[in-house]
Amino acid sequence: MQITVTVNDVAFTREVEPRLLLIHFLRDDLGLTGSHWGCDTSNCGACVVWLDETPVKSCTVLAAMADGRRVFTVEGLERGGRLDPVQEGFARCHGLQCGFCTPGMMLTARWLLDHNPDPSAEQIREALSGQVCRCTGYENIVRSVRWAAGQGVAVRGSPAEAGGSAEAGGSAEAGGSAETDGEAPA
Amino acid sequence: MQVPAHVEYEKASSVGHALSLLARYGPEARILAGGHSLIPMMKLRLAQPETLVDINGLTELSYVEVTGGELRIGALTRHAQLLDSAAAGEHFAILHDAEKVIADPIVRNWGTVGGSLCQADPSEDLSAAFAALKAVMVIRGPGGPGHPDGSRTVSAREFHTGPYETVVAAGEMLTEIRIPISPGGGSAYEKVGRRVGDWPVGAAGAAIWLAGDLVGDAGIGLTAVGARQFAAPDAEEFLRGAPATEDSFARAGEIAAEHCRPVSDQRGPADYKRHLAGELTVRALRRALRRARGEDA
Repeated sequence: MQITVTVNDVAFTREVEPRLLLIHFLRDDLGLTGSHWGCDTSNCGACVVWLDETPVKSCTVLAAMADGRRVFTVEGLERGGRLDPVQEGFARCHGLQCGFCTPGMMLTARWLLDHNPDPSAEQIREALSGQVCRCTGYENIVRSVRWAAGQGVAVRGSPAEAGGSAEAGGSAEAGGSAETDGEAPA
Repeated sequence: MQVPAHVEYEKASSVGHALSLLARYGPEARILAGGHSLIPMMKLRLAQPETLVDINGLTELSYVEVTGGELRIGALTRHAQLLDSAAAGEHFAILHDAEKVIADPIVRNWGTVGGSLCQADPSEDLSAAFAALKAVMVIRGPGGPGHPDGSRTVSAREFHTGPYETVVAAGEMLTEIRIPISPGGGSAYEKVGRRVGDWPVGAAGAAIWLAGDLVGDAGIGLTAVGARQFAAPDAEEFLRGAPATEDSFARAGEIAAEHCRPVSDQRGPADYKRHLAGELTVRALRRALRRARGEDA
């Protein structure tokens, strides 16, 4: 069957088998290997991507179910060479060790911050409770998200405004960067 | 690598269209909602439908609303939606209690209420919650004797016919869950699991409707402990008309524990699960009572 999925604002049309899982569509058909294929049982959360506006475990969603929808992956977090505050937070606060869980963690963190710009550590832990870090680096993951919470909105702008907001977002980012560059990790 | 077997796929554009697709493809077709039960089963080849009828586009089945003295929940409502619904929390706190401990937040984003019920896992949480609330399931089908418009309703306690089996027949689909709103009610859900996101070792839901200091009516739901139809009717019968006291709840818990039939498995031995059935029934009743009295709980 033919499906068209808009991934990080780019429409892709591909012929797929109905049984193809979204994680394999992203990684194997589109070459977007940032999303990780982990436990395969919707437990670990390494494969989390957004389907429209919602984080989902893409090992448990068929590519066919994404037909006509938007998918947002870790590759879409960075814009125009600028990292999303969540990415910068993970880098500054050592939010990753082996990095396998990181794409899913960051996508859930971005969603959380879009809906709750100032979450408590407890709220961050709850939001990430469906995701596993086998390095057990949870403390620094929470610190990373807290750091990002202090940095304002996503560089891609509101997901709903993706595309149209690129220019407006760009100027806001330039203003914000001078302030954020000097800050130490929380 | 776990990949489902070859399957055909159709996207339904309305409930009527979904029913016509089910009719066209026959008994080996399955409704695909969130897929968070069905797709794992397909990966393991425990389910091997020939055709999937994807209903994710049917936004008309995605709602939580109060209508006609009932809370009505569309079958395609995501778990996260039910957890976010102020109306659900106001009238039936048990639903928020249960949703908070179903799977994890990401799974709840896409898994659906109707899908969980139709999967009919014997450890499923909402089945116990809806049993406690004496909910009614609305099933749509092609029509026939007794329900010419294609719609029929079934009590939550007649919905399950066994593990992974429900009364929803080939060619039919669950469309709505209705819960009557009665005054003086309170409800709660108590679950013990090994870790976040896991199925329960045991769980109990309770709903009580007060008549003064007496229990006017009670509903007790149990899951993962082998309770028939996820309910404890003998304990409910004991409570009806009894004083709403700790002593009554303790006895109801004993009755609930006596009448369930847990089995030992990797989540725990049968005697522990039986203990949980009793203790969690008491805790759920206690919290339901506080809520029925308008106290914080």
